[in-house]
Amino acid sequence: MTDELDLQAAPGFVEEELSAELPGLRLDWMTMPRGPRTSPSALVQRLHALSNRYRGASVVAMRTQPVPHAYRTFFRQIGLDPDVDRIPAEQAAVSRLLQGGFRSRGPLEDALLIALIETGVPVWALDADLIDPGGLGIRATVGGDLFGRGEHAYGVPPGRLVVADAQCIHAMLFGQVVPGHEAGSRTRRVALFSVGVEGVPAIHVEEALWVCAEALRIA
Amino acid sequence: MELLEQVPRGTEIPQELSSPVVDVGERAARRALRAQIERLERELSDAFVTAFSMGGLNQDVGRPRSQARLLDLGELEHVRDDLVERLSAARTWISKRADEQAASRLALEQMLLEPGKHRFERVSCSDLGQPGCGAWEVRPRLGLIGMLMGWWQVKLSSGCPLAEGHGARHGPHTGLPTGDLPTVF
Repeated sequence: MTDELDLQAAPGFVEEELSAELPGLRLDWMTMPRGPRTSPSALVQRLHALSNRYRGASVVAMRTQPVPHAYRTFFRQIGLDPDVDRIPAEQAAVSRLLQGGFRSRGPLEDALLIALIETGVPVWALDADLIDPGGLGIRATVGGDLFGRGEHAYGVPPGRLVVADAQCIHAMLFGQVVPGHEAGSRTRRVALFSVGVEGVPAIHVEEALWVCAEALRIA
Repeated sequence: MELLEQVPRGTEIPQELSSPVVDVGERAARRALRAQIERLERELSDAFVTAFSMGGLNQDVGRPRSQARLLDLGELEHVRDDLVERLSAARTWISKRADEQAASRLALEQMLLEPGKHRFERVSCSDLGQPGCGAWEVRPRLGLIGMLMGWWQVKLSSGCPLAEGHGARHGPHTGLPTGDLPTVF
């Protein structure tokens, strides 16, 4: 029962202006223990089995499917070119074709990849200890916002879309995670978050988090 | 007209009265542009898949990477116009390629009907929009005898040699790189 409760995703905030401009944009997140350091064989085997889902023709046709199409459209609407900055699902598929299969890179990375392949919805992981109790959300940057911590921090131009909490920026939306904020080897608890856009049913976003959390829990 | 443009002196139009109307109008315009971008992206994706079997579209990936941001009206228009251009170019390419394939199919039909009139003509499978690297070619039956007798036929080549052909197997024995192996008949 406790485990079930732990796997409930919480909706993150989306700035009012963004909600009005980009209806359907949402962020869900949850926290959980990081889990083991090495991938169990079951997780590796599952990854290998998922490798067989991809063929060249299916990867080409991927962009016509509803969920990848929704992300590609959203990328264009926020100034990203999905042919340059690939959407996560296409990036994973292209990597699979180039490498000949999905390679295990650790339980957390494997769980994130499995969630992405199963649902088409990307999931990211942050160090939960660095997140404000108020929770994660999406907002646009304002003057004076900094990306990073300490002497390595640099200013972000206003108007950029970021994943942040009440205290600081944790990642650019669909972009780089602030160095040191990602779940690393010293992380005890991870915060998983997923971003949904217009055209992606909410249940897919929740499902992505759930698949990732389940994979981590089994690991 | 002059009456319409006249504003009584000393009367100022409060900014707060006009800006919400402009905001709502601009927001509606941005929403309309986003809907157009969605439709164009769908059509471009369909064109990309259609073109794949014809050889594939050239993807312009020379653009710089950027960061996610809220686009204003002008930027959304630029994205929309860029998509329109790319879609137009893709459709032109598909149309041209379809015409070329139709011409190749017609040429093949004529070769099959009257091989003697199309001696040594060759149509590759890729020209026909078919997979593989084989080619249809008008060849004389029985070599030189057929050429002298006027016995012509259309043959489909067996396509590309296998990657692991005879030459590759002899590689380790000769000590030569497999690509440089001499061909022995």
